[in-house]
Amino acid sequence: MNEANASPANAPHVPYFQDLERQAHAARLGMWVFLASELLLFAGLFALYASYRAHYPQAFGWGVEHNVRLLGTLNTAVLICSSYAVASSVHVLRQGRAKLAAALIAFTLASGVAFLVIKGYEYASHFREGVFPGGQGRFFLENPAPGLKLFYTLYFLMTGLHGIHVIVGMGVLTWLLVRILRGKVAPPFTHPLDIGAIYWHLIDVVWIFLWPIFYLTPGSS
Amino acid sequence: MNEFLRRLLFLPPQASAMAASVDALHYFVIGVTMFASALVGAVAWAFIVRYRRRTHVDQTVRVHATLAFEIPMIVGILSLFILWWVIGFRQFVRMETPPANALDVYVMAKQWMWKFSYSEGPSAVERLTVPAGRPVRLIMTSRDVIHSFYVPALRMKQDVIPGRYTTMWFNADKPGTYPIYCAEYCGVSHSRMRGELVVLSDEDYDAWLGGSEAQAVAERTAHPEASFDTNTDLPSRGRAVAVRRACFACHTDDGQRHIGPTWRGLYMSRVTLTDGRIMTADEAYLTKSMMEPRADIVAGYKPIMPTYHGILEEPETAALVEFIKTLRDGPPDPSVALPNVEAKAEP
Amino acid sequence: MSATSRPPIPFVSGPPKPTYANDEYSIRSWVLTTDHKRVGILFLVTTTLMLALGGTFAMILRLEHLTPDRTIVDALAYNRLFTLHGIVMVFLFLIPSIPAAFGNFLVPIMIGAKDVAFPRLNIASYYIYLLGAIVLLIAMQAGGLDTGWTFYTPYSVQTPAAVVPSLIGVFIVGWSSILTGLNFIVTIHTMRAKGLGWMRMPLFVWSIYGTSIIQVLATPVLGLTVALVALDHGLKWGLFDPARGGDPVLFQHLFWFYSHPAVYIMILPGMGVISEVVCTFCRKNPLSYKAIAYSSLGIAFVGFLTWGHHMFVAGLSTFDAGAFGILSMLVAVFSAIKVFTWVGTMYRGSIAFKTPLLYVFAFLFLFVFGGMTGVAVATTSLDVHWHDTYFVVAHFHFIMVGGSMTAFLAGLHYWFPKMTGKLYSERWGLLSASLVTAGFFVTFFPQFLLGNAGMPRRYYDYPPEYQTLHVISTVGSWVLALGLTITLTYLLWALKSGKRSGDNPWHSASYEWMTRSPPPKHNFDEEPVFPTDPYDYTETGGIAHHE
Repeated sequence: MNEANASPANAPHVPYFQDLERQAHAARLGMWVFLASELLLFAGLFALYASYRAHYPQAFGWGVEHNVRLLGTLNTAVLICSSYAVASSVHVLRQGRAKLAAALIAFTLASGVAFLVIKGYEYASHFREGVFPGGQGRFFLENPAPGLKLFYTLYFLMTGLHGIHVIVGMGVLTWLLVRILRGKVAPPFTHPLDIGAIYWHLIDVVWIFLWPIFYLTPGSS
Repeated sequence: MNEFLRRLLFLPPQASAMAASVDALHYFVIGVTMFASALVGAVAWAFIVRYRRRTHVDQTVRVHATLAFEIPMIVGILSLFILWWVIGFRQFVRMETPPANALDVYVMAKQWMWKFSYSEGPSAVERLTVPAGRPVRLIMTSRDVIHSFYVPALRMKQDVIPGRYTTMWFNADKPGTYPIYCAEYCGVSHSRMRGELVVLSDEDYDAWLGGSEAQAVAERTAHPEASFDTNTDLPSRGRAVAVRRACFACHTDDGQRHIGPTWRGLYMSRVTLTDGRIMTADEAYLTKSMMEPRADIVAGYKPIMPTYHGILEEPETAALVEFIKTLRDGPPDPSVALPNVEAKAEP
Repeated sequence: MSATSRPPIPFVSGPPKPTYANDEYSIRSWVLTTDHKRVGILFLVTTTLMLALGGTFAMILRLEHLTPDRTIVDALAYNRLFTLHGIVMVFLFLIPSIPAAFGNFLVPIMIGAKDVAFPRLNIASYYIYLLGAIVLLIAMQAGGLDTGWTFYTPYSVQTPAAVVPSLIGVFIVGWSSILTGLNFIVTIHTMRAKGLGWMRMPLFVWSIYGTSIIQVLATPVLGLTVALVALDHGLKWGLFDPARGGDPVLFQHLFWFYSHPAVYIMILPGMGVISEVVCTFCRKNPLSYKAIAYSSLGIAFVGFLTWGHHMFVAGLSTFDAGAFGILSMLVAVFSAIKVFTWVGTMYRGSIAFKTPLLYVFAFLFLFVFGGMTGVAVATTSLDVHWHDTYFVVAHFHFIMVGGSMTAFLAGLHYWFPKMTGKLYSERWGLLSASLVTAGFFVTFFPQFLLGNAGMPRRYYDYPPEYQTLHVISTVGSWVLALGLTITLTYLLWALKSGKRSGDNPWHSASYEWMTRSPPPKHNFDEEPVFPTDPYDYTETGGIAHHE
């Protein structure tokens, strides 16, 4: 067992890894493998969307057009900025600039909040119209086309699942923020922030695919 | 030989030429399967005996399979599997391609029974009557959950799905009676959802048709594929549509209550809906009922009618409405005899 | 080299060295363990209990089938029993057993590591599995469900049974599977001992690696799908409801996209066990290491492309049916390669006829039979007759019981001394292996014939002409149950009072035998130095030379 890599103020590498570098590498690989499983989770929903859209192109096109494109695009911009911030925080933390890293993470968290607020506003306006998931709500009594029910159910499911991931990502980043401020995550033991950031990037990437299918592609109707 | 193998393998009688072809492939595949597993077992046993251990520190030589050994083995096995696939797929394509002159029968599956309606002949529950030697095409839908129409003697099976139509065809070449099973779990009485395929010789089939006074019906609908090219009037065309689109699987035109409301006396009557509203059954109501059947359900009926939006063409809808209008009054048509079935509540 | 020229065993004084099992005895040390070996034992015990539970359901089902009509239970109970039998066996036994029990215990040792990459995640995955199992047990208490383990819509959405808690249980257990797979992938990539390349790992590790890839990629789709059905059922959403524009067949696509690769999760680890047992008990190198290693990957990847063969009569297009059929043929070839390699490994070996090897022999015969009937059902036109009949039931039981469970038993006996330091009784082992194999065959071979005769599956009552075959099958199930009960009995007895096994009772060259049996807490007393390869039984090679 090699204690030589123990740094002051940082936890040493765990005994079953030969050194910290291996442990960090394993943590990163683990997060990438986890991302693969998350991707498959969303892939199932994208497959459902694709299939039902092919069946009900008009209803889906109408639904896309009825969403507020500005809000969706705003959310895309918010997430991209937040990804940039968290990626930068990884970089600066490796240089030892803990305070700056913390500030960048705080910015990311604020962006997450902004994203959720915008999303919440959109959901609220849907609810006001009588659009609820599962084809429930007075909107569907007035507009009984089955494709609309499916569109909105998928909309709530996919953006909802994504939103849950945003919340979880924010939780992870908050926990990392606290540990950075306490000096527990600092060079050379910075890989926990790496993997938190990777998870955040996944959230961003998934949104980048949700954005066109729910906001940008009204189809030919 | 075929008969010997069929009995050895517990296969049912072969009620069609297709069944016999499928069995031939079956013998090939299963024969090789049994041979291969016996061979592997025998060789393994031979090695176990021949190379049994002398001491616990025996040394062995390093034996490696060369590519010259592996490749032919892999290619051989893959070729055998692909050969089976080729034969099987060609048979499958035949199974999926009904001939043009097939006799259509409409099948409605519901928990837990089979209902058959014919363009000629009376509707029946559980009993599917067909002539021997003629191709028959089944057009099937379910009222509730997925069922599966299975006739072991024909080696044929097709899932029956709610909200859409699936088809299956066969040509039973010998008269006989064969069991029909439901082959997709559908609830507590799944194992009791059975039927009978009755294959009749030509004379018996004609007698069956004539004896049930369906002659008149048969004449009227003798050319169901004629659609709108013929010079018949709209109500008659409407009747033909009702047969062809299987409306008669659920509605009657003689006043009997069936799965759906009867059309006799429907036009311009006052109907009470499940939500308490009372509407007049005018042209708009009739059309809407075909396109959005869940919108206005008549009280006492279940909301199970599938939509015909995108299925019925405009002229067909119009013809149906015209036909229903002619059923305003008068005695029930004696030629149509449906079982008096009440729509049962779900258990 | 004969037995008499062995070097003398040095006399070691002092107390026996502590092992993973006895260096701490407290309940807390077991309940909060992060030692992969203890996690493996926890999984082993729990999955074995689940096997017993699922097996009990099966015995009741078979008793019911002694007569064509009601024998001991009514239709509702029967339908729930066959559903629960499937759920318990698939999700609570077959999927986790070999990877989470033997994989956890052995993979780190086999690659010279001290533990898995994420030990706390490991114990967490056990508790997640346990939670899922408890939720399923609660659902069973609430009446269970009668949809079949395949949960087809719309029936699963409409049936007024405990569908939602059951699906939640399955969802939770799925997470355990994903985390186990994730842990193994990272472990195998990053924790191999210095100098241990991919092509020198024991083949069991390759099989766990292939399995883990499937677990990580396929299980999320199952999780999603059962969650959607739960939403449809519980909140009346209509994603698969035809009345609301939904497509019930789409459910089947999503379900089988997981559940077909899942069957490879269930068999691949077993194949890894077979590879190890064959090489040890034949004292022989594998006929082709690469064939086994690469075919494990081949099965993992091509297995994702074949799901439609469960849906040939479900309403697929003819083209799709053809495509899925031919891809299914392709994946079968990988299994054929393995069988060829295992049998070829026995050629010119030195074969000890012990219980693990008897199970391997049974496996070879039953797996080929079961596997080739799989090729048979992939032959599309034949499947039209066989789909949803007892033929399919027989096919998958040949693979799952005749294949996976037999391999599990082989591994259990092979690694029993490794895990416990004790020996079981060979005589009882051979007897019960024979009972299990014979009982299995008598139970399930008649079911092929039942399927041929047209008997559909999931049938509570059946036409009387099928009775004879059913009675034979039921009698077989009694023999099978007897064999398994005897096995459990003598293994428990050996655990308590068995003879000491010594560190390497099978004189195997595989790496896990290079350390003590049972192993110390950190796997090795000294840093392991692995010889050239784990299957070297030649004159000049391996540890087997140094007995």
